[in-house]
Amino acid sequence: MAALLRVDCVSKSFGGVAANVDVSFEVAAGEILGLIGPNGAGKTSLFNAIAGEVTPDRGEIRLVGERISGLGPVTCAERGIGRTFQVVRSFDSMTVLENVMVGAYARHRRTAPAMKAAMETLDFCGLASRADRPAYNLSPPEKRRLEVARALATKPRLLLLDEMLTGLTPTEAQSGVQLIRDVQAQGVTIIMVEHVMEIVLPLVSRAVVLNLGRVLTIGSPEEIVRNPDVIRAYLGDRYAAA
Amino acid sequence: MTAIILQVVIGGLLMGLIYALVAAGLSLIFGLMDIVNFAHGELMMLAMFAAFVLWQYAGLDPLMMLPVVALLLFGLGVLIYRGLIARALSVSFNRGMVQIFVTFGLAIFIRGAAQFVFGGEFKSINTGWLAGRTAQIGGVYLPLPQVAASLVCLVAFAGLLAISRTEFGRALEATREDRDAVALIGIDRDRIFALGWGLGAATVGVAGVMLAGFYYVAPNVGANFALIAYVTVALGGFGSLLGALVAGVLIGEVEAVTAALLEPSLKQVSVFGIYMVVLMFRPRGLFGKL
Amino acid sequence: MDNRITRRRRRELVVGAVLLVALILLPLPIGDVYTRNLIIISILFAGLAQAWNILGGYCGQISLGHSLYFGIGGYVSTLLFVQAGVPPLIGMFAGGLVGGLVALLVGWPCFRLSGHYYAIATVVVAEIGYLLFLNWDFVGGAMGVYIPFKGDSWLALQFRTQKLPYHYVVLAFAAATWLAAWCIEGSRWGFSWRAVKDDVVAARSLGVRVFPSKMAAAAISGFFTGMGGAIYAQYVGYIDPDSTMSGQLAILIALPAVLGGVGTLWGPFLGAAVLTPLSELSRSYLGGSGRGVDLMIYGLVIVVVALARPAGLLSLFGLRRRAKGAPDGSPA
Repeated sequence: MAALLRVDCVSKSFGGVAANVDVSFEVAAGEILGLIGPNGAGKTSLFNAIAGEVTPDRGEIRLVGERISGLGPVTCAERGIGRTFQVVRSFDSMTVLENVMVGAYARHRRTAPAMKAAMETLDFCGLASRADRPAYNLSPPEKRRLEVARALATKPRLLLLDEMLTGLTPTEAQSGVQLIRDVQAQGVTIIMVEHVMEIVLPLVSRAVVLNLGRVLTIGSPEEIVRNPDVIRAYLGDRYAAA
Repeated sequence: MTAIILQVVIGGLLMGLIYALVAAGLSLIFGLMDIVNFAHGELMMLAMFAAFVLWQYAGLDPLMMLPVVALLLFGLGVLIYRGLIARALSVSFNRGMVQIFVTFGLAIFIRGAAQFVFGGEFKSINTGWLAGRTAQIGGVYLPLPQVAASLVCLVAFAGLLAISRTEFGRALEATREDRDAVALIGIDRDRIFALGWGLGAATVGVAGVMLAGFYYVAPNVGANFALIAYVTVALGGFGSLLGALVAGVLIGEVEAVTAALLEPSLKQVSVFGIYMVVLMFRPRGLFGKL
Repeated sequence: MDNRITRRRRRELVVGAVLLVALILLPLPIGDVYTRNLIIISILFAGLAQAWNILGGYCGQISLGHSLYFGIGGYVSTLLFVQAGVPPLIGMFAGGLVGGLVALLVGWPCFRLSGHYYAIATVVVAEIGYLLFLNWDFVGGAMGVYIPFKGDSWLALQFRTQKLPYHYVVLAFAAATWLAAWCIEGSRWGFSWRAVKDDVVAARSLGVRVFPSKMAAAAISGFFTGMGGAIYAQYVGYIDPDSTMSGQLAILIALPAVLGGVGTLWGPFLGAAVLTPLSELSRSYLGGSGRGVDLMIYGLVIVVVALARPAGLLSLFGLRRRAKGAPDGSPA
């Protein structure tokens, strides 16, 4: 498998607090990679670094061999990185279709093809019946779908999902999982950030576990659940939170 | 020569402290709930008229009526919050613009009302303990009403700082930090906001009374001071008391120096120019949180 | 492609055409000068509000300094006419271009600021411009510039007694701003701008270039505002800083858009149709005494409309969006 994304020795600190220290891993084209770890492990910082929202202090990130770190979110989007947000950020003065069209314009200059592409994406995400609704009018799970649709409309090679399944009911999560598998089947590589291991592990081919800003381990779901360090990091976190 | 320089510097300081106090009330309200009160200058104008009326009809000296006017303005501030701002905060669409234009409409209304009641011509308070008096120290002339105004401004600032250390001040701070979380720890957000508006209005009321001691009183007097106040607050950093104080004095000095060296009619141009330059380097003002 | 968006846009075009015809015919049966003047000013402000709406409504940048572009546009065409003999019909495009250019110059520093910092910076920049013009002898300082009358002419936009030609000039201007807004609404730019307004971070993540979007919106908005200023100066035959560059004017330009329905095609026009006559009528019937009743009414209307109809007067008609449910009250 060829590496689509290579994260190389990335470090980032905010106001003296190290969020990421020497993080390195690769993402193979076509896989679903989980990015997990307890609270404060540095998932969000790393996620934002890949999306271009945050510039690493040291190290670099390459997408198909080309350096993308430090180029900003707009360039990252153009190069083929799509993302969703943990706290939903829909364009609330627009309809659902218009929201997705904003993404579609990244690949289409003109309105008619952008609208057509957006409709297809909505259809794919199961939101076609909501196309003309105002975006604020959607239910929370629908809003998450809208975020995926919007990002997909930019025709990404790599899709970053930020806690997309967290807080959903089992039924909702199930349909979310189906959507993620459908996206993967389209040939899109996916990185999912989740706090709760149980949600991600069944879905991913490999997972990167972060703890205190560093890579704790990388491996298949089976390897992850058996790793004593992972168990300790998670249990420790739970005890601390209780 | 030294005397002239001192004269300019002290003149700038005296005016700057007034600017700072006008701005402090604005900054307080902004820091608390992210609202720019575009009627702030009009509140100051009302305080000036209140001072004028009390002086003309009750023969009170501006210094004596400070607490009365401050109290009046406090009540008005609370009233404005309860009647208008609370509603503006509760709209679910277009909130930013609604806030701007509600306070703006209020400003026009107050200006119209003042014109209706008092007429448009300039008035001034020309008798009183300090009216028209100057002291001379080492060749520097100190107009006493302005000196008194500056001292009162400093006292008011000290008062605001003291308030920020009380229980109420901490509640203000907590409300500012996290508007939604405070409800969980038993702080009545609505009440804090109302008190914040009262305090902000009372602050500008104090500034207005002292200003009335040496400045003309007219319905449109607020507009110019308000503009300076917005610049002061943006320059100092929205929500920062210290920022308002430093920026106010800075603006007073820049005005005084420009007027002395260049051209009095350009004094505001240099103030605004400096503001723009500072914003280039510190988009959130000198003391604003980045 | 036939769906709701394209159907709606076609319908808007039809309504626009009908309105245009109605406004072309409107002044014909009206003889008295006062009413004709009122209509002309209202249409002018409709166009200005639409110009403001392009930046403030679609792109969400609340500029309270549009008086700067208005005044500069007016000065450019006036000075070109008075000093160089350039006919205002051409001069108003020059005024627009300079207005757009100045808007870009203002945007360069100001668009780094957000929220209230941006709004106040625009007030300040406009005030700097006002003060400079007030003290600049070449442009007549506080006295301003009188435009000499050189005979009825379309090229010079001068008509001694007639109001009708001006009616068609401002109507063409307002129609142009409307058409610009209509084109923007259906284009990549319009979508980018609205995305910037709603959520900058999300917009960036979808490849929207935020700063260039704001600059483009500012340039177009400044162009039309400058053009409006040029037309206004030619209409009243006189220009000075107080009547064309004051902070008060900046609000008058923004207000119809905000109260009519910000970021909508019809909101600025509706707002101007209600507010401009209201302010002009109350001023001439109640303001003569100098007692401020007109200001009180005007202020009250602003407050009441802003609170009762936060989405603008347009929402009374239930046109487009927000028919039911609160924006943040999504069903659980």
